[in-house]
Amino acid sequence: MTKSYIDLRSATEMRDRSLRDKVMSLGEAAALIADRDHVALGGCTLSRTPMAMVWALIRAGKKELSISRSITSTEGDLLYGSGASRHILTSWFSQGIVWGVSKVMRHYTENKLARFEEWSHMAIGLRYRAGAMGVPFMPVRTMMGSDVGGRIDETHEMDCPFTGDRLLLVPALNPDVALIHVQRCDAYGNAQMDGLPFMDIDIAMAANKVIMTTERIVSNDQIRREPDRTKIPFITVDAVVEVPYGCAPHECYGVYEPFLPNLDYYAELTRSDPVAGVKEYLERFVHGPKNWNAYLTLLGMENVIDATVRGRSVYND
Amino acid sequence: MTENGRHSASELLAVMSSRLLDDGQTVFAGVGIPLLAATLAQRMHAPGLTILFEGGTLGPFITPGELPPSTNEQRCTRRANMVLSSTDVLLLLQRGYVDIGFMGGAQIDQYGNLNSSFIGDADDPTIRLPGTGGGNDIASLTRLIVAMIHEKRRFVETVDFVTSTGFWRGGSSRVEAGLITGGPAKVVTDLAILGFDQETKRMKVEALHTGVSAEQVRENTAFDLLFDTDIETTKPPTDDELAVLREFDPDRLYIA
Repeated sequence: MTKSYIDLRSATEMRDRSLRDKVMSLGEAAALIADRDHVALGGCTLSRTPMAMVWALIRAGKKELSISRSITSTEGDLLYGSGASRHILTSWFSQGIVWGVSKVMRHYTENKLARFEEWSHMAIGLRYRAGAMGVPFMPVRTMMGSDVGGRIDETHEMDCPFTGDRLLLVPALNPDVALIHVQRCDAYGNAQMDGLPFMDIDIAMAANKVIMTTERIVSNDQIRREPDRTKIPFITVDAVVEVPYGCAPHECYGVYEPFLPNLDYYAELTRSDPVAGVKEYLERFVHGPKNWNAYLTLLGMENVIDATVRGRSVYND
Repeated sequence: MTENGRHSASELLAVMSSRLLDDGQTVFAGVGIPLLAATLAQRMHAPGLTILFEGGTLGPFITPGELPPSTNEQRCTRRANMVLSSTDVLLLLQRGYVDIGFMGGAQIDQYGNLNSSFIGDADDPTIRLPGTGGGNDIASLTRLIVAMIHEKRRFVETVDFVTSTGFWRGGSSRVEAGLITGGPAKVVTDLAILGFDQETKRMKVEALHTGVSAEQVRENTAFDLLFDTDIETTKPPTDDELAVLREFDPDRLYIA
């Protein structure tokens, strides 16, 4: 994924980086992504997963996407199961430790229907950071000696010219598109994030296109009152989509915790027959509902309220 | 349940490993038993223990009954001093701010290498496991405590795949591979506490839990273990320790 620096710069130069209204629908945002693009997902495991955009990509019938994420949960299963992606670069891939090893991930990888390219968590972070910094690689002191490093041919070892220490060089990762979900954002793409930021700031800086989904759109005046809270600047953002509960059934810090009944249901559905299970889930929850609100209705008011009460409780003393 | 049904194997692991953590230390804890053991240590004897989670949390206190499903959810951040990016929290390992890394694994070998990626041949695996997460980074960059159930299929001569490098091929091979700091310090199991020989870096038994024989440990290990000359016996979990564990994990998510 390391691009020539000149290409990276000219791609950025060609983007309209003016302060302009970028609000659009999920479907319009999905149309900005091409088959075979490298798409980086923000958040981590069950947190601030850009689920609504993943959902929109699957509905739009995208193919052969290369996906990267720090840690991958059920959204990875859905991307494999729908055929939207057959290649996920990540450090850990399963629904979550309490549900055991993902049967869908196992089926697709063990039968060589899809690739799970494994890097260490920090190496992925520093690949995005190198991409964000506009340098071609980052030296790290991790992964050496391991088979995780051994299976990857994109790294190099070097002896440091200053100290002589052995270092591993990991290449910059500049995704074609980054999908990021935040609590608040204005129409121009100035984004505020509450709670754990994960790798989202580096991903946004590294990517050649950023699609920002947000729990709510706030005014630019509101952003300008507290500019220290803006974590991702509008100049990196190409689309803004307002999607309440846009991470469901995953969580969004301070707004809702995971929708546990749906996650339990999914784990049960895919346990005995991963292929039929994931297909049934996709039919029912991704292709079935006519829009995102209909999807939330399907999750059920009681579950929405339960997840919300738990989510907001982070602000309780 | 072991010990006349007083506690489960996981509870024993959590208690024994929590006792290895000292007040004032900074510990980087993985999900499951490590998270629970670090939390138990904070409550029992190490109120000043600083816990780091790879999701990007620095110095939290987990709320009883609200264990997170991984180390990346909002439940990890309760009463934390700071939240930072996951890359930056992992860089604290590389910079040297972490005393102990603390994690589990599916397989471990005689040199403390851990496998959480593949059972069988990596190119044609019997089981594709979830992978390293931050495990490789923690094992590469700091002193490590590993908590694992002691079974022959888990304690193998050579791991199928080195996800997280221990002492690699023994001797000084870890350092020669470029990992000039850290390395496995202790392995805590439901049978024993093990360390590593200073020269050869092979695993050795340092203490047995109450009621466990050396023979039992040998039977459950697929390689030749070294034994310390004076093997100690650990004190069984106290009622207080078990009560705190069960208060934190009433649904027995991690201590089943």
